[in-house]
Amino acid sequence: MENINRRVKVTSRGGCELVPHLFRREYSKVVAVLVRRFGLEQIEVAEDIASETFLAAVQSWSFEELPENPTAWIYAVAKNKARNHLIRTSKVREIGADELENISGADLSLDLTDANISDSQLRLIFAVCHPAISTESQIGLALRLLCGFGIGEIADAFLTTKETIYKRLQRAKETLCKEAANLEVPDESAIEDRLGTVLMTLYLLFSEGYYSESHPDVLREDLCWEAMRLAQLLLDHPVADRASTRALLALMYFHASRFPARRGAGGDLVLYAEQDESKWDQTLITRGAELLRQASGGASLSKYHLEASIAYWHTIKEDTLEKWESILMLYNHLLQIEYSPIAALNRTFALAKVKGKATALREAEKLPLKNNHFHLLLMAELTLESDRERSRSLLEQALALARTSSDRQTIQRKLDLIGGDGEPHLPTE
Amino acid sequence: MQEYALIMRHEDGAKIASPEQMQEWMKQTMDWIGSIAAQGKFVSGTGLVFDDARVVQPNNVVTNGPFGEIKETIGGLIRVKADSIDEAVEFAKGCPVLQGEGNTLEVRKIAEHA
Repeated sequence: MENINRRVKVTSRGGCELVPHLFRREYSKVVAVLVRRFGLEQIEVAEDIASETFLAAVQSWSFEELPENPTAWIYAVAKNKARNHLIRTSKVREIGADELENISGADLSLDLTDANISDSQLRLIFAVCHPAISTESQIGLALRLLCGFGIGEIADAFLTTKETIYKRLQRAKETLCKEAANLEVPDESAIEDRLGTVLMTLYLLFSEGYYSESHPDVLREDLCWEAMRLAQLLLDHPVADRASTRALLALMYFHASRFPARRGAGGDLVLYAEQDESKWDQTLITRGAELLRQASGGASLSKYHLEASIAYWHTIKEDTLEKWESILMLYNHLLQIEYSPIAALNRTFALAKVKGKATALREAEKLPLKNNHFHLLLMAELTLESDRERSRSLLEQALALARTSSDRQTIQRKLDLIGGDGEPHLPTE
Repeated sequence: MQEYALIMRHEDGAKIASPEQMQEWMKQTMDWIGSIAAQGKFVSGTGLVFDDARVVQPNNVVTNGPFGEIKETIGGLIRVKADSIDEAVEFAKGCPVLQGEGNTLEVRKIAEHA
């Protein structure tokens, strides 16, 4: 975990260097503990107290020296505010003197020990990934409550407005209350089911950052790091430390190992084939391989196992028949578990590597992916040598359909190459 | 969209193939299924193992099977989605089982439950 934290961009506020993402990280911890203390129906009270705490920090730290231990400072203020809230609400209820006696002392204090923070966050993960709320709401709530993202940051990440996000989260919180969701970690009999939802949410959170439609900017990578942090949090608890959890984290590490290599100088995306492998993060690759090894051999084979195995092969850049036969087999298997257009396209690409472009082209033509520009790009690649005119026409169709400027640039580059006289040297993926 | 069963029939299940040959068939079968799955048309698959099989006949007669008197045996089946029987037949044509002499594929519509 420490390595991950260090990787995150160091932000500076008001001239003084803060710990990277101190606010985000501590906000999420304080909120989780407060929610556990007050109950799920009082999420907003918890958010208010946490926000007030950080507002106090901003006001105080902007004018004075940064405290020696910012975290301890924040926790002390949060504890105070929570205590005041409890006293205030008990007064409102006009409780008797004997009851007031009871809620004094230990009952009023907030337990901000590492153990309780970690336990509270685990409970909150399962609550937030409640099957009654939509996946995008789950991701939104997770970003807000477990990752400490602001509404504006979540809106940026989803390329939508603050208002949309605000409403979405509001509805999700209401649903959680209505469904009487609780903060219990599911027991052995229910864990498989509930963990499945949690892993899917983390997977989508990661994908949101990784396969973003916009540029691979830092905020997008942050989504990935947060997904990895939460997956690690699951691994820290025996009940959630399953083979599928390990496989999922391995998958994320393999992908994340390419972050430095895929960020171009101008902020544009560097494609796999053009990446400088020396920039691939070998520490993350090794860690992913170890997790995948631990995840394998058991009875369960999740789609995360298959995707992680595919991602593992892609950490080896050299093209070998063994590599592509393995990838093809893994995609064959993955598609049986769960169909997706991207898996279908990648399978066909692997097929071309194993059985040649002519065979793959016949399969590509059968894919029901009309007007999908990735499909057109794949077909253009497969016809490049056999039918250059068709390849060009496919690229032109793809260009018309591409939505992002980086996609359009990539396609334009291919068109430029095909138009030249020389031998084309196209990146294959 | 309708579901169909593609049932693989082997003429003689007793024929022993080499491990190398079996691995090759396995790969081809996976590629065949992968191709259907890539079109979003795969539903499920069930492989049937030839070892440790029995044939139960009337009057509590149990024999080691599925071979012996029965000439043809079922190697497995997959369920697919298809717009028509013709599309299901197209899927069946790609099955590597058909490379074996005398082997066939039976394509059947799966009964819909109301």
